[in-house]
Amino acid sequence: MAEFRMPSLGADMRTGTLVAWKVKPGDHLKHGDIIADVETDKGIMEIEVFENCIVEELLLAPDTKVPVGTPMAKLKLEDGAEKETIAVTDREQPSPPPAIEVPTIPVPELPQEERLRVSPLARKLATELGVDLTQVKGTGADGAIHQMDVEEAAKKLQPKPKPAEKVVALPPEAKSPEAKPTTTDFQAGMRRAIAAAMSRSNREIPHYYLETRIDMSHALQWLETENQKRSIKERILPVVLLIKAVAKALTDVPELNGYWIDDQLQVQEAIHIGFAISLRQGGLVTPAIHHADLKSLDELMAALRDLIERTRGGHLRSSELSDATITLTSLGDIGVEKVYGVIYPPQVALVGFGKIAEQPWAERGMLDVRPVLTATLAGDHRATDGMIGARFLQAINTHLQAVEKL
Amino acid sequence: MNYGIDTSTDNSPLMIRTTYREAVRDAIRESILKDDRVFLMGEDVGRYGGAFGVTKGLLQELGPDKIMDTPLCESGFTGAGIGAALGGMRPIVEVMTVNFSLLAADQILNTAATYLHMSGGLFNIPLVIRMGTGGGKQLAAQHSHSLEGWYAHIPGIKVLTPAVLEDARGMLWSALEDPDPVLIFENTLLYNMEGELPATAGAVDIDRACIRRVGRDVTLISYSASLFKALEATETLAQEGIEAEVIDLRVLRPLDETTFLNSVAKTHRAVIIDEGWRSGSISAEISARIMEKAFYDLDAPVERICAAEVPIPYANHLEQAALPQPTTIVNTVRRMVTRHG
Repeated sequence: MAEFRMPSLGADMRTGTLVAWKVKPGDHLKHGDIIADVETDKGIMEIEVFENCIVEELLLAPDTKVPVGTPMAKLKLEDGAEKETIAVTDREQPSPPPAIEVPTIPVPELPQEERLRVSPLARKLATELGVDLTQVKGTGADGAIHQMDVEEAAKKLQPKPKPAEKVVALPPEAKSPEAKPTTTDFQAGMRRAIAAAMSRSNREIPHYYLETRIDMSHALQWLETENQKRSIKERILPVVLLIKAVAKALTDVPELNGYWIDDQLQVQEAIHIGFAISLRQGGLVTPAIHHADLKSLDELMAALRDLIERTRGGHLRSSELSDATITLTSLGDIGVEKVYGVIYPPQVALVGFGKIAEQPWAERGMLDVRPVLTATLAGDHRATDGMIGARFLQAINTHLQAVEKL
Repeated sequence: MNYGIDTSTDNSPLMIRTTYREAVRDAIRESILKDDRVFLMGEDVGRYGGAFGVTKGLLQELGPDKIMDTPLCESGFTGAGIGAALGGMRPIVEVMTVNFSLLAADQILNTAATYLHMSGGLFNIPLVIRMGTGGGKQLAAQHSHSLEGWYAHIPGIKVLTPAVLEDARGMLWSALEDPDPVLIFENTLLYNMEGELPATAGAVDIDRACIRRVGRDVTLISYSASLFKALEATETLAQEGIEAEVIDLRVLRPLDETTFLNSVAKTHRAVIIDEGWRSGSISAEISARIMEKAFYDLDAPVERICAAEVPIPYANHLEQAALPQPTTIVNTVRRMVTRHG
């Protein structure tokens, strides 16, 4: 003999109302069968039993409201065992039985996991500087890692000889004009990083180059109208259109979005566009704008602004430096007409944008003057051929002609 | 004692040499002369001149209507002060030390602090209570405790702890201008402190903490007499290249947390120096606020240097051992900053 009691269907449940029995005396029930519908503050729920049993007697009439733990039915267990309670619910444990026995739960022997002792500031700093805390030696009490330890580790991290996966660098010609040659460690480290990555690129990657001219008159007009509706702070820069167009073109031609690793192309689903940002002190980094294809123009603008600010302030996250799937370099605002990039390994493509300048433009037998952008593609010939690259540049053009859909 | 705190300003060249005791006395005299509603009452404030000599001569100078001796009944005369405040006066009630104020705690907590709220905002209690606090003068346990942190627990009152001459001189008038009860805690060790004060010194703000020394490595948060122990410790620390920032809380309720949170955000380390007992103290409150609002700025656990959790002893060496000392501050900071220990 066993009793079926009103179950507790949540920590805050005090009473429940029997709505309907789903069984009658004599019924055989097995594990998981619904015995009744019970209404609580949260709605009507189906109540299961978890034992094989026979219904002996129903103690409550439908529409009766009773406190949690009230016997509702008598059941006979099929295995003959005597049990006080069987209940229960679709989610939670049965109501606490009236017995006031407090179980002593043995404390399980937890595996002794080494927890790093890190000050909150050091932890924050490590995230900002992209320092792996497990590699940092703490000098505090019991090996606690403090600010100073992280800073020292970060210093060592910078001039790493093979920073390919850490510091993204771009061709030397992309150096900002305001960069002044300095001799600090950081400079040397960054130069070495760029040198290593670019030497590897030129040594290993057979580049092919494509170039196309894109009529930007429609895109710029649309942007001007759009920006007039916005406050100065909310205005969108033309380069944001270019980033979005590249992202969308990559969804059309995914072969250029990925890595060449182990002699094969590994196309990446996520589109993280590495955006080349020159540093005031010289050199440049290309942190990733994550999921650029999923971001609106406003979100991209915000992301770009944030990224530039943090790049120049030295607050990039390690993920941003390592997971770009393609690189975009735009030197248009410095007056360059075309840029032929060097692919940043293991990526397989680099898109370059020059300045948008008025140029003669022939169309349908007519000559016009239009704002024209020169887009270039440096592709890894191991991964793709010119045909794919051409389709990609064409896709960029198509998206920029339908800029309102970006 | 003049711990190198220069309160002078360029445009008030006339400085007078004074003591903390005289500064408080001047503040009382000025308040009584300035506002006819102000008077002072308390045990021994008249003929005897005050338990610590603060009111010496004021009875002769201002008369028995302004300087009133009361019987030994803290609850009674504090209650009378509340009544006078309700009746339109601006009483200054002096309780010899905070230890005795517990006899008036019911009047302070249950009446003065609550009246405005319980009357639905109809009746303010513009009462000022001054009392001595702190140990270090071999006056034994019943005269040496620092309970200002307890009063800082109570909503409805302000708690001031003037440390420097400028505040000893200026906080009383600001307190009298406050429409609600204000408690001023004068550490008795400070009464003999000497220094220069502008002849024109007057009211000061009673809202803000202030930075008494600028530093970059650690923030020492203190008030009242502990401030000077902190400042003394910084001299030793500075010789070792450790630059400590020193905050004078000045007001324990409401706490000006912005000042110390900003400082901790800069230095990443905090030590609180408090002559009160550690358990459930104002230092516990400050520490908790740092955890709540500056956790990610911390590079080391917040440390507290408080009085030993015993009744403050009479014997000099035991009393000194029970109170926070500059050497303890130096050792604590050194350990936090250099991390060799």
